[in-house]
Amino acid sequence: MSTRNEWPLWEVFIRSRAGLDHKHCGSVHAPDGALALQAARDVYTRRQEGVSIWVVRADQIIASDPGQKAELFDPMEDKVYRHPTFYQLPDDVNHI
Amino acid sequence: MYTQAMDIPEGNKAPLQSIEQGTASADFDARCAQGDFIEAKDWMPEQYRKTLVRQISQHAHSEIVGMLPEGNWVTRAPSLKRKAILLAKIQDEGGHGLYLYAAAETLGTSRDEMIEALHSGRAKYSSIFNYPTPTWADIGVIGWLVDGAAIMNQVPLCRCSYGPYARAMIRICREESFHQRQGFDLLHAMMQGTEAQRAMVQEAVNRWWWPVLMMFGPEDKDSQHSEQSAKWGIKRLSNDELRQKFVDAIVEQARVLGVTLPDPDLKWNAEHGHHDFGAINWQEFWNVVNGHGPLNKERLAARVQAWDDGAWVREAALAHANKQATRSVAA
Amino acid sequence: MNTPAATHESTIDLKPLGPQHAAWVLRLADGSLVLSQRLSEWCGHGPVLEEDIAFTNIALDLLGQARLLYSHAGALEGQGRDEDAFAYWRDESEFRNPTLVELPNGDFGQSVLRAWAYVSWQCLVWGTLAKSRDTALAAIGAKSVKESRYHQEHLGNWVVRLGDGTEESHRRMQTALDYLWPYTSELFHLDAVETAAMDTGLAPGLDRIAEIWTANTNATLHSATLTVPAPTPFLATGRQGRHSEAMGYLLSEMQALARAHPGARW
Repeated sequence: MSTRNEWPLWEVFIRSRAGLDHKHCGSVHAPDGALALQAARDVYTRRQEGVSIWVVRADQIIASDPGQKAELFDPMEDKVYRHPTFYQLPDDVNHI
Repeated sequence: MYTQAMDIPEGNKAPLQSIEQGTASADFDARCAQGDFIEAKDWMPEQYRKTLVRQISQHAHSEIVGMLPEGNWVTRAPSLKRKAILLAKIQDEGGHGLYLYAAAETLGTSRDEMIEALHSGRAKYSSIFNYPTPTWADIGVIGWLVDGAAIMNQVPLCRCSYGPYARAMIRICREESFHQRQGFDLLHAMMQGTEAQRAMVQEAVNRWWWPVLMMFGPEDKDSQHSEQSAKWGIKRLSNDELRQKFVDAIVEQARVLGVTLPDPDLKWNAEHGHHDFGAINWQEFWNVVNGHGPLNKERLAARVQAWDDGAWVREAALAHANKQATRSVAA
Repeated sequence: MNTPAATHESTIDLKPLGPQHAAWVLRLADGSLVLSQRLSEWCGHGPVLEEDIAFTNIALDLLGQARLLYSHAGALEGQGRDEDAFAYWRDESEFRNPTLVELPNGDFGQSVLRAWAYVSWQCLVWGTLAKSRDTALAAIGAKSVKESRYHQEHLGNWVVRLGDGTEESHRRMQTALDYLWPYTSELFHLDAVETAAMDTGLAPGLDRIAEIWTANTNATLHSATLTVPAPTPFLATGRQGRHSEAMGYLLSEMQALARAHPGARW
């Protein structure tokens, strides 16, 4: 048995209800987009978990490299002024 | 549905390490010790990767093979309500297999490779599914005892160190928590029924009780993978701990149901705060694991046949997708 | 779903629209149950895991339809028969499904094609129920049409994939089509029960669906590069209670356990 003929892998994103973002929830194998969407529907929304589905070919996703975690994400660590808690206001206006 | 065979060794040995690997490995162990999650693209020791692929794929295979003993009764369920419940339940097992294959695929092994390993007999699956389901009561007992044992195993894995596996387990546990309930409900209904129905339930419990206790795997003193797996956070309670927890929970449920567990040595031990139970026949366990159970050959043959019969379908779907792609480029 | 009847029947005064009303509802119910039974045979044996789950979803939807319809028929009949009385305690000649749905599964392609032909017909029948004088049945139709449309889409896509896939898949699909197609004429045969359903306002416009079904299915079969078989004089008789040889086996399997324990509760 060969795996050359394996159906491509698709990542599945589901919006659980209106007003929320689509969220990654798993993957399916399918030969084409139509069946990927149907498989995602049949597999991941059996209990009404969703109102909208995205599928995307897994090999089309460009992901960041965990090895670059330090240069990508650590420089944000000292930017405390980006957070509201950095600013101490007088009590009278503290609801801003 | 289930995870026992994860402790069945396949002769893996930890490879020798270079100095750099040794440092990375120490960092990795520290992350596991802190309870950090490891994600798919993170560095991980080869042995961790191999252990996980083995464990997760064995778990996935168990779900898929586990569809067969229950599927044996789909067309014969005695009421339309029970038919719907059973169909949906078996479908859940298929879904769980799918989530797990997907989790294992993140480690760089394709689903087809894992299926190939199953079909060739290299990969294991839970030995419980090599037992037959000759009566309808078996469907209830599988829910109550087999799924009950599975849940004991699975809940701790929701906190395992490998993120994709932990997330799959959370989804599975959420869906599976009520399978045990369903099984109990089925048996409870039968116990309220005719004498023949009650006898059917007791007979099924008699057949399944000991194999279910074996599902937790070999005793801790004989289990080879546990120590390293515990350190890596991919197994959080020992086989014996889980088995004891299970026995303690089931005794009361059996009383409510009105069935007798077939173990004359089963009794409360006030000193230990647990139930003592009789000796497990480990020879039977190893026989089944090693391919000599009641239905090992039939279960595997059924999987292989489904796969082989479906080959033309999978090929055709791919061929059609390729044609469509070519047409849209040409257009 | 424990008591499918309760949601529909309790508020509605059930007066059958003529003597054939319950009989027509039972035809629909039997069609859904028997096809569900056939599809459920695939559970655990599909060509790929995703499709195993998809087929089971369709089987579950059909089973749900059957249960609602049996409960409705039981209420119309007024003799206290529930869904299980219809499913497990009637004999072969009392089942009134079209023969098409009871035929053996064959390979995956044949199973797809048969189910697709039937659910495509169902979509149109549910449509006629929108204007039914039987409001409870109209409600069942409104629920079911959503399910059937999805089934039609999913299965129709498969017909195209397999018809226009490989040489082997094309050959298998054409063989299945040639085998199955003569059985479809029964779906549109207007005998006394069907005519009564139309004339009493139970299913208005039932005589117009053959044309739409043929146009719809031909379009899909054309995309699938399959050749639609020429019409034959054969007319299947499952709806008259005269079934194929396959039906006896299907029922003996389905009913064996229930019948071995009369009076048991499950």
